[in-house]
Amino acid sequence: MTSLWPRIEPLLAHVTKPARYIGGELGAVTPEHGPGRVAWLLLYPDTYEIGLPNQGLQILYEILNERADAVAERSYAPWTDMEAAMRAAEVPLFSVETSRPAADFDILAFNLSAELTYTNVLNLVDLAGVAVRSSGRSATDPLVIAGGHCAFNPEPMADFVDAFVLGDGEEAVGDITDVVSRWQSQRAAGDDAATREALLSALANISGVYVPWAYEPSYGKDGRLSAVSARAGIPEKVEKRTITDLGAWPYPKKQLVPLIEVVHDRLNVEVFRGCTRGCRFCQAGMITRPVRERPAAQVERMVRDGLDRTGYDEVTLTSLSSADFSGIEDTVSSIINDPECSGQVSVSLPSLRVDAFTVGLAAEIQKVRRTGLTFAPEGGTWRMRQVINKLIREEDLYSAVDSAFSQGWRRVKLYFLIGLPTETDEDVLGIAALAKSCVEIGRRYHPNVTVTASVGGFVPKAHTPFQWFGQNTMEELRRKVNLLKDTVRGVRGLTLRWHDPQATAVEGLVSRGDRRMGAVIESVWRAGGTFQEWSEHFDLALWSEALEASGLTFHESVYRHRDEQEVLPWDHVSAGLHRDFLWQDWQEALAEHGLEDCRWTPCYDCGACTGLGVEHVVASSVAPAGGSQGTGQDLDSGGMVPVRFLATPKAVLAGAAAEAAR
Amino acid sequence: MKIRIRFAKLGRVRWTSHRDVARMWERALRRARLPLAYTEGFSPRPKLSFGLALPTGCESSAEYLDVALSEMVEPADLTATFSSLLPDGVDVLAAQVLPAGMGSLQEEVTSCRWEIDVPQLGPDALTEAIARVLGAETLSVTRERKGRPVTDDMRPSVLALSSAGPLGTGSGLVAELGTRPRGVRPSELAQVMGVELGRARRTNQWIERDGSRWEPLATPAADAAVWERAS
Ligand code: SF4
Repeated sequence: MTSLWPRIEPLLAHVTKPARYIGGELGAVTPEHGPGRVAWLLLYPDTYEIGLPNQGLQILYEILNERADAVAERSYAPWTDMEAAMRAAEVPLFSVETSRPAADFDILAFNLSAELTYTNVLNLVDLAGVAVRSSGRSATDPLVIAGGHCAFNPEPMADFVDAFVLGDGEEAVGDITDVVSRWQSQRAAGDDAATREALLSALANISGVYVPWAYEPSYGKDGRLSAVSARAGIPEKVEKRTITDLGAWPYPKKQLVPLIEVVHDRLNVEVFRGCTRGCRFCQAGMITRPVRERPAAQVERMVRDGLDRTGYDEVTLTSLSSADFSGIEDTVSSIINDPECSGQVSVSLPSLRVDAFTVGLAAEIQKVRRTGLTFAPEGGTWRMRQVINKLIREEDLYSAVDSAFSQGWRRVKLYFLIGLPTETDEDVLGIAALAKSCVEIGRRYHPNVTVTASVGGFVPKAHTPFQWFGQNTMEELRRKVNLLKDTVRGVRGLTLRWHDPQATAVEGLVSRGDRRMGAVIESVWRAGGTFQEWSEHFDLALWSEALEASGLTFHESVYRHRDEQEVLPWDHVSAGLHRDFLWQDWQEALAEHGLEDCRWTPCYDCGACTGLGVEHVVASSVAPAGGSQGTGQDLDSGGMVPVRFLATPKAVLAGAAAEAAR
Repeated sequence: MKIRIRFAKLGRVRWTSHRDVARMWERALRRARLPLAYTEGFSPRPKLSFGLALPTGCESSAEYLDVALSEMVEPADLTATFSSLLPDGVDVLAAQVLPAGMGSLQEEVTSCRWEIDVPQLGPDALTEAIARVLGAETLSVTRERKGRPVTDDMRPSVLALSSAGPLGTGSGLVAELGTRPRGVRPSELAQVMGVELGRARRTNQWIERDGSRWEPLATPAADAAVWERAS
């Protein structure tokens, strides 16, 4: 009824990839809006092709649409040509399902996965015709909500977002729906107490929900954050939400299949959440603890049903380190040997573990399409890898690479970080040395192998042991990149790729900024700085100018080391990790001590399990075969790990018995 | 063995590209569990061949697809099977086993019939524009090819134009455009006619040889029903 389609369609003939705006995906729903139903618009602040596959968003889309009291639709950032056309024709942001104006929804919920998309969030709220700042919104405006990994330092977006969801959203969206729905009925009944403030304060009392309005930062004489205080009746610290049993949430059940090509265009099945490898630079690994595996039988069922439903011929088993999934070999072989799939299905594991075992596994599953393999040693020397706790020995990498080339792969990609704590030029040059050795190994099998070393600049993130570290300046990163360029120049078969050090600096600005960074983000957006993730749109000058106007500097916000006492902008939100565990781990890093995986060794009491009253959920008490990364350890050293083992369902056992009897 | 499928692309889905449609078909064919024949090599793909690309934004009731199968199937069942497996707006109109030795769609089709909405031109002005274009010796158009502007004469491919009378505030144009030496797009026709293009629908692809012409696969009176649904 309120479809904008007749006004949208005439714009499509003049824009690139018009199908970004038409919806029509397999699995999409056209929900019926109405009173008593809280309407969510789920937004991804980047293009359709990047946003559509986002698993978090798809999971919440289904969960909300299954509820009788909620409806959910989706929207993505229109590309610059479409935005210009929309603004010229005064067409506001709309949902892809029913072309409904964004402002007609009760909640605009953003997924925040990357800092450089923040200006797009502002742009989308503005395109919706809603005030960009929370303080400018009234009770009749939609609520602006955000979740995703970046929510763990919510402060830079605190001026614009009414409420953040920390951690797993599966249960939290239901709680939010309940609160909003209750508030709406109150308002409908003419209750004067149902103000915007009343709503915000009810939201602030949901576990895992952070409402910036309820928290006031104060600053010391030195200009630094000195405290963040909560309003009366509001919890002082917001703990993240954690679902304990992934098996209870078999979503997405109906993965969206888009009409146009998108990134990760295949079936994706999440096999576990969380990671305890303990890589110190990795925010995802720290904030998603503990490990919660999906029962293997459920994984297999989701894969089979998913392939059947979608017609995809490729499935990715997703997680932070899928080769660590208990019984990964069995799971994979049951998928590829499924007679229904007749050998035409290929399985892929993102982020391969660096060892020959994993390559063997990859060889088994990529029978069909053998393109390139990617490994992430991250550091160029063993010393560096101990600092970052990525305990891969040189031999592991070489045997993995050897095994890849010997089994027919021709292209190997290696991921590294530069600008890591304590890094010396020797560590940087170690990257070139490793990559060169990998080329030499490959030549033994084929004259034309290529090795690509992809080098990213390290950005310290909140809730990691490196949160206190002063990021390398862009000049220093540039120097290190040049050092590498000079060293690998003319080496046949070796390609070096690097991330723009300017973008790395800006990412650092936003990732650890306090609430004052909001003004910077707003100025950049007002100056036209959208799509900052895209190199053709990224503009350092916009950020530098905005920073100067706000009286902030790169030095103060990004390059400076923090000390133990300093109040960090995210101290009042918690990912479950004890601050002193993180500090201790930071000291261990500086002392070049590695820390083994707590799935199979005693607990370090980081807080993730103990503090939240949850535990690892794994199917095996034994570390996976192969690999030294935290697995070459003495497993007899005690059993204090909080672990719950997955029960094998009776039906599966019966099935296995029947199989054996045949 | 091969089967030939005729399908329509109508409504919102017209904004997808030719490549997108190919991918939709690949998924639908897998879901239908047809015994597809695959190419050899490291990256086996089902053997599909589509005819002339339909420009993004255009509709059609005359799209074709040839599918190679490793076993015999009953084409009559396909129409029903596919309607639930394809996105809204993509509908199978007919399917038939292809006799051996038939040429590919790309080689055989010689012209296409189009129905084009011209929203800003009344019937009289349209008739004038048609006369001007048909009377021209040459019609040169410039388009981009591999990043470079190329100019050529499209007059030989404009086989017939006629007015279909008033349509809303504008009028309707029926065009028959040849595929040799190259296929002309409705947008290029609009360019030489100096008009703004509205909706364009490909209604037929023709194979003309030795003075007679036929369609790669005719629809059993399906057109009317399809058009009704689309409007
Ligand atoms: S609480 Fe212990 S077992 Fe749990 S993630 Fe932290 S260190 Fe590992």
